[in-house]
Amino acid sequence: MFDYGHFRFESKQALFDKAVTYWNPDKTKFWQKAGIDLVIDRREGYCIYDMSGRRLIDLHLNGGTYNLGHRHPELVETLKGALDYFDIGNHWFPSVARAALAESLINVSPGMKYAVFAPGGAEAVDIAIKSARYATQRRKIVSIIKGYHGHSGLAVATGDDRFTKIFLSDQPETFIQVPFNDIAAMEAALKGNDCAALIMETIPATYGFPMPKDGYLNACKALCEKYGAMYIADEVQTGLMRTGAMWGWQAYGVQPDIMVTAKGLSGGLYPISACLVNEKTGEWLNEDGAAHISTSGGAELGCIVAHKVIEMLLRKETIANVHAVTDFFRDGMKDMMERHGDIFTGVRQKGVVLGLEFNHPEGAVSVSRALYEHGVWAIFSSLDKRVLQWKPGALLSAGLCQEILDRFDAAMPRARELLRSADKVN
Amino acid sequence: MTEPLLKIPDAALEQARMMLDRARWGAARFQKLDRATTQRIVNAVAAAAHAKAQHYAEWAVRETGMGVVAHKRMKNEACSKGLAETYSGADFVAPRIDEARKIVELPRPAGVIFALIPVTNPVATVYFKTLLALMTRNAIILSPHPGAKACCADAARMLAEAAKAAGAPDGIIQVLEEPNIPLIEKLIADERIDLIIATGGPAVVKAAYRSGNPAYGVGPGNAPVLVDDTADIRLAAKRIAASKAFDNSILCTNESAVLAFSTIADSLLAAMKSEGAHICSAEETQKLRQLLFTDHGFNVSMIGRDASVIAKEAGFAALNAKILVTPVDLVQPEEKLVREKLCPVLAFARVGNISEAIVAARSMMRNSGRGHSAAIHSRNEANIMAFADALPALRVAVNAGCSLGASGYETNLGPSMTIGTGFAGGSSLSDNLTPQHLMQYSRIAYNKDASEAFGRFAGLDPLNLPKPARPAASLVVSNPESDELRRELRKIILEELNAVLAA
Repeated sequence: MFDYGHFRFESKQALFDKAVTYWNPDKTKFWQKAGIDLVIDRREGYCIYDMSGRRLIDLHLNGGTYNLGHRHPELVETLKGALDYFDIGNHWFPSVARAALAESLINVSPGMKYAVFAPGGAEAVDIAIKSARYATQRRKIVSIIKGYHGHSGLAVATGDDRFTKIFLSDQPETFIQVPFNDIAAMEAALKGNDCAALIMETIPATYGFPMPKDGYLNACKALCEKYGAMYIADEVQTGLMRTGAMWGWQAYGVQPDIMVTAKGLSGGLYPISACLVNEKTGEWLNEDGAAHISTSGGAELGCIVAHKVIEMLLRKETIANVHAVTDFFRDGMKDMMERHGDIFTGVRQKGVVLGLEFNHPEGAVSVSRALYEHGVWAIFSSLDKRVLQWKPGALLSAGLCQEILDRFDAAMPRARELLRSADKVN
Repeated sequence: MTEPLLKIPDAALEQARMMLDRARWGAARFQKLDRATTQRIVNAVAAAAHAKAQHYAEWAVRETGMGVVAHKRMKNEACSKGLAETYSGADFVAPRIDEARKIVELPRPAGVIFALIPVTNPVATVYFKTLLALMTRNAIILSPHPGAKACCADAARMLAEAAKAAGAPDGIIQVLEEPNIPLIEKLIADERIDLIIATGGPAVVKAAYRSGNPAYGVGPGNAPVLVDDTADIRLAAKRIAASKAFDNSILCTNESAVLAFSTIADSLLAAMKSEGAHICSAEETQKLRQLLFTDHGFNVSMIGRDASVIAKEAGFAALNAKILVTPVDLVQPEEKLVREKLCPVLAFARVGNISEAIVAARSMMRNSGRGHSAAIHSRNEANIMAFADALPALRVAVNAGCSLGASGYETNLGPSMTIGTGFAGGSSLSDNLTPQHLMQYSRIAYNKDASEAFGRFAGLDPLNLPKPARPAASLVVSNPESDELRRELRKIILEELNAVLAA
């Protein structure tokens, strides 16, 4: 019996049945077929616990939502304190929490002028696209094939067909896609002088974190300038110190006109995202500040948590920890590749954003499962299943990192076994 | 500041907890460094510390109002280059091989050390504990006494910079910039700490032991010094006066009371007088008794002050005096002047023989100074043995000043700013704290049966062992050719897509 007070479940199977009946049959069944029978129950730090009580170290982090860990005590205390005083607030009026968070975000984001809040990444991307269209008075938006910017009206049109066609939401006339790391293709897309913006994940996450080639992002930005398009940096997965700098674009030395942050900004506790705009793209906030509104965008509770998130990220100890985790997995994965080079063939890394390459078209699916069986949860890239997303948290401890590496090492024989049987099925 | 409207987390505590994680990373990396690198870091930090000895001596006196700049400088020098030289030949990194016992010992540094720093010897203790930690490849978090936080924090940052420049891992020297007692009490109970070294008052030491973490806490001193009839009186007087005057008696090893054989007492007093001691009258002694001991214990505002200043505060003049000697009749705990005094006031009592001396020494140590230090000036081995055996002291300095003798700078004991007071003094440490105390060994132990030969471990380095072989190529699960084909195919599809989109 699982008694949560508000509701009860006889067993884990009872939950699966209800999830299929009332929630999402396909998603529920998909994981069961994949051998991942996870229902996250308790969670603490970088560990999640299945309803069975089994502990898993979380290297998925929902794209950095749990960058600072699950239910970080300092953030929990912050939110609890805020709940005694604030609620979502009223978006029509200036608010102490929104003003304070906006100031702290602008202070850590050189070149940016205003912060516009939203409840999630996709809506913040919509604001980014609207702001670019406002500033350029153009409609077309360029993005990367296999890029990912969320699922709301404008954001989803920048992404993969899988997420648009089923809902008849593709807009190929105004949303242009070009291959990643291909400057000529980028120029071809922009040179008509009719694009409002290029939107770019600093490192494309759902594509498996392929690293931008040297100078690629800078060249893209230069093309934007040349052809009058705005450069939107989607920092949802690369921001908040995950690349070793506050924003990934800082790590690559590219100055965006607009940037988007979400996921980890919420501390994993209260949804919030932000679109930061520079003077030009933020001018609509002087002309008609109610042109875009959102009741729960910039909810004051979320603002207070996010304000604490930024404060925590700026501590010298946090920055040192990110560097330590970065170095640990750089060296550790090199070592693992030496030992398991027959299946594990490459590492893509910037800070604590990593993609692990396996030499099998669905390699990461098997490895993900083998790791799951060995107490580690890391998800494959849904748009490139050779690559395992490896997203260690910013505050991971030395002890837990070593444990992760030991578990990875121990899981490799099982991964080989799964890959062999996968090949036989194929 | 008024109370904020929202209840907020204790950010200082949370940040301090992050320091522990940073230290754990530092310790994990430090343990992978070899002896040459470790030595280079130690020497660089010692040199940087030595170069600033005077600077921090002045700063510490200015900030705390305690001690003597010249003596603090000496201690800073002794606790920097002095320590590095003392241990330059020692190896705390390589495995130790014991052929006879068929045992190999692999070094295991403690990990993260949390070091409490006293107000009395602030920077010298920062230097001391940091260098010991570095020699043994540990990370250290320094927690200064609030009364000395500025000089300690600055010194710690300077040491951290020097370590970093010499190639040390990040995070092995950190300092709590704004220490306070509730913060420290919460922090020392954290399981990320491997060892606490508590040098300070009894409250701090008890807190360290209560924390649940391994700890070396050391109790207070109260050293008797015996001068018998075989001593060189002139030398004894000189050494006692110098030791008592050293840094105005701020080392816990300083002499608290002289026990002089009656036969030589007068000549000893005369000799001490010529070494700069002011011998107090009964009236002056009473004034000092009243000044130094309040209803709440020792008057801390007198710690480490100059003798002439203390005399003036008490209401008499002792210009140019290095120490104040207060003759007492009773050597029992109820005579306040034979309790610990971290200031240049020295009790003086006459004893008829060695038995009387022992009784007097034991009496004064009954309530204070157990397990700590004592000194004797004598050429009579039987007296020395009897005195040492009967006292609850764990070190007895012979024919040396107690301040620098018991602390190992003028004897061959381990030179130390942390003096173990052993079981008698509520401590798990009985030695002077030395690098060996900050590490342990894992032991490889062979079957002792003669038929089982001991292995050849000479030359094997745990930091550089041969790597296991790579898995065989036969385990390759997918055909690289078909991979190549897939890549090619994907490229063609992308190109076609591009063409469509660009159109």
